[in-house]
Amino acid sequence: MDTNVLNKNPFLILKQPGLMEIADFYTAIRQLSALGYFPLFYFGTSGGELLCGMAKPELPLELLRTAFPDNRQYPSLSTDIPAFHIFERELYEEHGIEAVGHPWLKPLRYPAGAKAQMDDYPFFSSESSALHEVGVGPVHAGVIEPGHFRIICHGETVEHLEIQLGYQHRGVCKLLADGDIRTKMQLAEAIAGDTAIGHGLAYCMAVEALCGVQVSPAIQTVRSIALELERIGMHLADLSALAGDIAYLSGQNFFAALRTTVINSSLAICGSRFGKRWLKPGGVNYGISAEQNKVLRNTLKIAEEQIDNCTKALFADAGVLNRFDSTGSLSLKMVQELNMSGITAKACGYAVDARKDFPIREYADFQPLIQNSGDVYARAKLRNVEIKQSLEMIYFMLSTLPDTKAEDSTVLSAPGADIMAVSVVEGWRGRIVHVIKTAADGSTEQYKVYDPSLHNWFGLALAVRNEGISDFPLCNKSFDLSYCGADL
Amino acid sequence: MIVSMILILVLPLLFMGIITKTKAVWAGRKGATILQPFYTCAKLLGKTEVHSHSSSHIFRWAPSLALAATFVAALLVPFGAKSAVLGFRGDFFLFMSLLALAKAVMVLAAMDVGSSFEGMGASREISFTAFLEPAFLLIIGSLAYAGGFDTMGQLFYRHTVNIHNEWSVIIAVLTALALFIMLLVEGSRVPFDDPATHLELTMIHEVMVLDTSGVNLAFVHYTAALKVQIYASLISYFLIPEGMGGTMITAVFLLCSLALAVLAGLVESLMPRYRISRNLELVIIPLSIALLVLAALIVHNLGGI
Repeated sequence: MDTNVLNKNPFLILKQPGLMEIADFYTAIRQLSALGYFPLFYFGTSGGELLCGMAKPELPLELLRTAFPDNRQYPSLSTDIPAFHIFERELYEEHGIEAVGHPWLKPLRYPAGAKAQMDDYPFFSSESSALHEVGVGPVHAGVIEPGHFRIICHGETVEHLEIQLGYQHRGVCKLLADGDIRTKMQLAEAIAGDTAIGHGLAYCMAVEALCGVQVSPAIQTVRSIALELERIGMHLADLSALAGDIAYLSGQNFFAALRTTVINSSLAICGSRFGKRWLKPGGVNYGISAEQNKVLRNTLKIAEEQIDNCTKALFADAGVLNRFDSTGSLSLKMVQELNMSGITAKACGYAVDARKDFPIREYADFQPLIQNSGDVYARAKLRNVEIKQSLEMIYFMLSTLPDTKAEDSTVLSAPGADIMAVSVVEGWRGRIVHVIKTAADGSTEQYKVYDPSLHNWFGLALAVRNEGISDFPLCNKSFDLSYCGADL
Repeated sequence: MIVSMILILVLPLLFMGIITKTKAVWAGRKGATILQPFYTCAKLLGKTEVHSHSSSHIFRWAPSLALAATFVAALLVPFGAKSAVLGFRGDFFLFMSLLALAKAVMVLAAMDVGSSFEGMGASREISFTAFLEPAFLLIIGSLAYAGGFDTMGQLFYRHTVNIHNEWSVIIAVLTALALFIMLLVEGSRVPFDDPATHLELTMIHEVMVLDTSGVNLAFVHYTAALKVQIYASLISYFLIPEGMGGTMITAVFLLCSLALAVLAGLVESLMPRYRISRNLELVIIPLSIALLVLAALIVHNLGGI
């Protein structure tokens, strides 16, 4: 495993390791996995290579390469390393490489060149007359994204949930790889519209690594402030929606109002409540002036007091606790084995957080917060404490931030040829991974995006087993996963 | 009698408007006018209906039948006057049968569409009835035991809270509480159901009428509101003393209805919904209370403890 990888996020791979024998490739993955490494990415390239990135906090990224297996078949990794199950499904769908022995090798999202139609999905079904099936979606009530849920019920109890996604597939990875990589900011922000900053930042970091650029510390701080603001805004939106799902009117309205206060702070700085156009490769489009710094701090101070009051009321209400407590539980073992991240994983006591595992400058002393019960309560409570944590971080960053302007950004030169960059960002939902590989002429050969939703969706399916079907929407909201982030 | 008829037509939708307004004010919003339910129904009455291919004629006539049954049931209840529009000794059997009929046809219509959502809603709705019907029978029985057998209207009219008589207070307060819980359950209000939710899987009443549209939906809205108002009316009569003048009765009745609507709105503003799996445990409360009332009366008649 002689790799020339910089031990720092974003990872720049200047000299890719040689192609391994297929058997050695899988042996290496299994060895690394036994050492506590988890897969960051595993995909096939258009050049007929399999690439796998294994990571372990505070250690260099391990990059493994091999050629496609001869008969497009290999013994599945998922049987002993379940974290690979979703990667292997994607590989099967995109390149027809079959992981033999995979427990459930079904389509992931039916992208372009689909082998089957959306209305011909191989759903799990039961012949039992005691069970009935409830299909929800793809068009849902309310303003949410399309996705189909097939629930097998025994009376009011959920026996099995199957999630069929792919309705939002736009070919994002292909679009990102098409043309000048430095001009894809708008597209990166639209990978998942509610994570404009998270995916935008991951894109910026990867592109800057490719172009050999390092942005100034002040610019980095502005970006981290943007990332934490997005986290606070979305966590508040989720607390509001969770309250709404249990008809807790006060929580629903007050958290929604507070969210507006927070995202309007983004609006005041960059002209978009979702932080669009705030960042750009090489820097930012909008800095934070001394005046804006003061206003932002004051606004957040006032909001913090109100957030405290509202969360106190929310978590003191017996009716709310009755709905949240022990609903939709996941175990620590499940989230670890299935490579989940973000709120989903941290609520089960799995302290996985890209801000600690793959830190950038602002997060030198960062310690992730966790909850242990793994239920809706844990996911709600974690959002509450993460809001507090992010506010503290923003106050600190603002206090050290000099007057910054968009002009402090760096102009990007052309990206290097035949290199790879991997960036990891802890978005509000979890770990975001962007992988860019350039060809010999410096054009983009492959752009790969991983939203935490890809892994976490399966967590929802596990969490609702043996729950009442009427608690499904509440469980779903407590995960709040992205459809377009998974469909790409 | 004319007053009663007007109130039966107007008050239910107003009651709903007041609940919604109360919730909006509590949330710090301006909210829609309390006349909004009227506008909604007027709009729906002018619309054509859309029928699902899998539905039969049951789905088409069920809302009209439910409306008719509930309307006749309302005529047996005193509405701002000394007595109900209709009434005969033992009419509460008819009253209960009419409400059961209305519910039965709506459940049939929900099943008729063949949607798994509506089937779930129907099963939830009908499970409540199993506990509410005996509770209502017990309440009627207690009132008859206390004041003699008569028409339903008279049973409620005759029993007035007398603060100098603790037994009267006990019976009135407990019965009103049981009836108020029944109002929340039968009216599909929080904490048993959430009329404002968009989540089909959590709904009870709303999900049963997902496929209903146009005129039939207007009927369904009015019928649901009328059912709530019937319970509110019955509660009101505990505060109306025997021998009060006709106009005064109407005034007190209106005030009571208004207060109950605000109260229901406050309950919705302050309480989250119960888990559906725990709903049934709580729907038993009216039944328990009704038993308590009867027990209290029997103890009282036997000369107290």
